[in-house]
Amino acid sequence: MILTRENLINFILAAMLLAVPFAANALGQPFYSTLATRIAILALAATGLNLALGLGGLVSFGHAAFFGIGGYVAGILAAHAFSGDPLLFGLSGSKQMWVIWIVAVIVSGLVGLAIGAISLRTSGVYFIMITLAFAQMVYYFAISWPAYGGEDGLSILVRNQFPGVNTMRPLTFFLICYVVLLLALSLFALIRASRFGTALQAARQNEVRVATVGIQPYRIRLTGFAISAAVTGLAGALFADLNRFVSPSMLSWHMSGELIVLIILGGTGRLFGPLAGAALYVIFEFALGGLTERWQFFLGLILLVVVLFARGGLLGLLAGKAKHG
Amino acid sequence: MTLALALEQLLNGLQLGVMLFLMAAGLTLIFGVMGLINLAHGSLYMVGAFACATVAAWTGSFWIGLIASLAAAAAAGAIVELVVIRRLYDRDHLDQVLATFALILMFSEGTRWLFGSFPLYLDIPPLLQGAVALPGGTEYPVYRLAIILAGAIVAFGLYLLISRTRLGMRIRAGESDREMIGALGVDIRTLYTVVFALGAALAGFAGAMVGALQSVQVGMGEPVLILAFVVIVIGGIGSIKGALLGALLVGVTDTMGRFLLPKILALFVAPAQAGMIGGAAASMLIYIVMAVILAVKPRGLFPAAHA
Repeated sequence: MILTRENLINFILAAMLLAVPFAANALGQPFYSTLATRIAILALAATGLNLALGLGGLVSFGHAAFFGIGGYVAGILAAHAFSGDPLLFGLSGSKQMWVIWIVAVIVSGLVGLAIGAISLRTSGVYFIMITLAFAQMVYYFAISWPAYGGEDGLSILVRNQFPGVNTMRPLTFFLICYVVLLLALSLFALIRASRFGTALQAARQNEVRVATVGIQPYRIRLTGFAISAAVTGLAGALFADLNRFVSPSMLSWHMSGELIVLIILGGTGRLFGPLAGAALYVIFEFALGGLTERWQFFLGLILLVVVLFARGGLLGLLAGKAKHG
Repeated sequence: MTLALALEQLLNGLQLGVMLFLMAAGLTLIFGVMGLINLAHGSLYMVGAFACATVAAWTGSFWIGLIASLAAAAAAGAIVELVVIRRLYDRDHLDQVLATFALILMFSEGTRWLFGSFPLYLDIPPLLQGAVALPGGTEYPVYRLAIILAGAIVAFGLYLLISRTRLGMRIRAGESDREMIGALGVDIRTLYTVVFALGAALAGFAGAMVGALQSVQVGMGEPVLILAFVVIVIGGIGSIKGALLGALLVGVTDTMGRFLLPKILALFVAPAQAGMIGGAAASMLIYIVMAVILAVKPRGLFPAAHA
């Protein structure tokens, strides 16, 4: 890897995030570990969205669906493991994070495939609104289906387990999330540099040319969308374990909006954009929330100023313009 | 008895459809003329409802409140257009989504700031209280019928405005060729502000009318906004005719689905389960309808030529 200014900033960001919970631990302030874990998980979710939005130019306004589905996978598997009731076809639930992760990735990936298959027939504004509508469909389903808590949500009584460590320790759970985030960022970098990633980006830049050289943009985009959904679903499973609670609010369209906001705050299409954005967002939320009850108003104002006057986000400000548009 | 109930539900569906049309008409007009996707349209609906409730409580008259809601929503729309939206016309949809999402945060929190977290209540005006008898023996509230009528009048007025007046001609010209009407000497910036304020006024009117049925509270615009999106996606973005048909389709499908699906399922499974499955399925029904329509016609039922 070449040492560009952006790579250096990325490295500093990753190191700073890692340092926070250790410092918090040393100072006896575990709350800050939770804050750092929140940043890591939101960054993971936004990294998933960044695959579709940043590389593929697919403005999905429905990624909360995958985030929430991942969360519900964690909640439902844990609830069944706790009660001992079989889940489906005699299979039981699970308290093992890695089992939950695999199921979350598969389920959200498959739902992403189904939603993408219909939504990708359209483009532009239609795509934005359709992904939003599908996410609302999942949201209303979760609200009106009483078996797993309906509107009240579902609690996870004890955080799910990971072999060999105690996940109830804030620092340990942070490290798990941090490693998963780094793996997802590596996946993003790998995909971006691969033949598939090149085709996905080319389909964003010029669909006709991609089709002319014999690549079907639809298939490339659908694959990208499904992988994107799977990564966001994985983040949802971790988020459920962080809060030990899943509710339809994870599926709400505000969540979808927030995920897009994270990417834009950090810098669209950049590897570390989601992490920079998530860090900025959580810090804003925390700092403004401490200053005023009306922090959402000021968050909106800041966001508006960023969109209108500071395109390129935090990384654009720190590391200069992105290499591609 | 069941037939009368079905008729009542059908009217409820029509009433929902008419309200959705008022929202969707503004959204689709704004998209058709300016190419802008406006998430904050639901906030203008909320502004209309709050203005109506406040002024009605002040003056004691629902009607003055209704006029105030039109004025407040149109003014809020015009201000937002002049300060923010104007800068977004030549941006991509992603920027538009984000900026208007930011506006929602500001509108919602700002309204909570001004009015507190408690919902306001708006009484139905005395003239429209009471109920009329429907064939079959049930009664139906006059106010809901009045909403259907008011919506139909506004829809017809909008049709006249767009097809018969000079402003309407400019709007249609703006939809088909923006540069050309600018070149012909029409002040396109003012036209955009007027169209945006018109759409806002329609949303505010809908908010005020519905405000008397439900409580007036922060966030009331969001479920309606998303339904209005479904409407214009089904109808074809940019098409007023599509918005009207889409709105009626969505309104009636949603209401009848919630009424009929549990009953139909009850023929096959136990009543408790039928209620649960039927309720969950009904809440998804319009999205399924939308998916089916888009699978067949990706640009909606009445695709606008230049959208």
